[in-house]
Amino acid sequence: MTEHRINLSYLAFLMHRLSGLALVCFLPFHFLVLGLGLEGEAALDDMLVFTQQPLVKFGEWVLVVLFSLHLLLGLRVLVIEWAPWPQQGGLRSGWVVIAGLIALALGWLFLDGVMS
Amino acid sequence: MSHLTVRIWRGADEGEFQDFSVPMRENQTVLDVVSEVQRTQDQSLSYRFACRVGVCGSCAMMVNGKPRWTCRTHIRSLKSSVVTIAPLRNMPRIKDLVTDMSGFIDKWGRAGNVFESQRDRGDAPALVDPSSPMRKVADAAIECINCGVCHAACDVVSWNDAYLGPAALNRAWSLVNDERHSGKKETMMAAMGDGGCGNCHSQGNCMAACPIGLSPTRSIAGLKKMSLMSLLGGSDA
Repeated sequence: MTEHRINLSYLAFLMHRLSGLALVCFLPFHFLVLGLGLEGEAALDDMLVFTQQPLVKFGEWVLVVLFSLHLLLGLRVLVIEWAPWPQQGGLRSGWVVIAGLIALALGWLFLDGVMS
Repeated sequence: MSHLTVRIWRGADEGEFQDFSVPMRENQTVLDVVSEVQRTQDQSLSYRFACRVGVCGSCAMMVNGKPRWTCRTHIRSLKSSVVTIAPLRNMPRIKDLVTDMSGFIDKWGRAGNVFESQRDRGDAPALVDPSSPMRKVADAAIECINCGVCHAACDVVSWNDAYLGPAALNRAWSLVNDERHSGKKETMMAAMGDGGCGNCHSQGNCMAACPIGLSPTRSIAGLKKMSLMSLLGGSDA
C-alpha cells in the first residue's frame, strides 16, 4: 500500500470490499451445506454432527465476524452518502475501528454461545 | 553539511529513477531541491512550477508516494534523508516530472463544468445571498485550483479510464449549487452519467491529499444523493 492510501477511510473501504468478497465466496457453500442437511432426518442429523467439528465452528465464527464487519461498514457508506456532512471530516473514518471492535465482540458472543 | 539523497524519475512512461545528492538546509522545500538539482547538476531535468508559494498548484508531484504541492512541502516534514520524486500519478508522462494534464482538463469539460447564464452584460449583477444553504455548499467546494493532486490520489481514476475524477465532480457540485448557473440539468446529467459520481468508492484519498483541505468525497456524495432524489422524485437537478 503506497503512502497516498494510508488513511483510515481507505482501510474501511478495503475491509468492506474484502469482507464482501469473502462472504460471496463463503455463503454459497454455507447454503449448500444447509440445503443438503434438509434432505431428510438422517441427513440433518449427520449435518448437525458435522457442524460440531472445530473447523466448521471456526468457519462459522469467521462468517459472523465478516458479516458484522460488512454490515457496519456498509452502514458507514450509507451515512457518508445520506447524512449531513459536518464542517470538518465527514468520512467517518473512525467507524472502521468501531466496526472492527463490534464485529469482534459479536464474534466473541458467538464463541461464548458455542462454548457454553 | 549533511546531504539529502534525491531519487528523481527520468524519462517518460518508460524510464528510471536517478539519484542526486543535495545539501540539506535549514529551510528547504521539495521544489527547492528539484530546482537545485536542475540548476547545479543536470539542466536537462524537466519539471513544472510557477508561483512557488502555493497559489497556482502547478508544481504538484508524487513525493515519497504521495501527491503533494512541492512548493508547500518542507523536506524537514518528510522526516527522511531519502526523498523519492515522481510525476503525478494517473496522467501520461511527458518527460521527467512533467505530465500531460490535457486528459484531466478534458474530464472537467465532460463533467458539464461550463457555467451557463441567462443574463447578459446589460443586466444588474446577480444578488447571491452568502448565507443561503446552497451558497454555503458551493463555497465549500469552490476553492479548487485544478492542481490534479486529488486526481493523482484516486484509485478509481487509475482503475477506470472513463471516471471523471474527484476534481471534475467537485466542480460539478459547486456548479449545481450555484443559483446563477442555468445549465444545472446538463451538469447533473454529465456528473451522474457514465464515469460520473456513481463510480466513487468513498475511499477518501482525495480528501486526505487535497493541499487546501477540500472534500471532493463530500461533493460526490452530494451528487449521488441529488441524482437519486431526482430519479425518485422525477424532478430535474
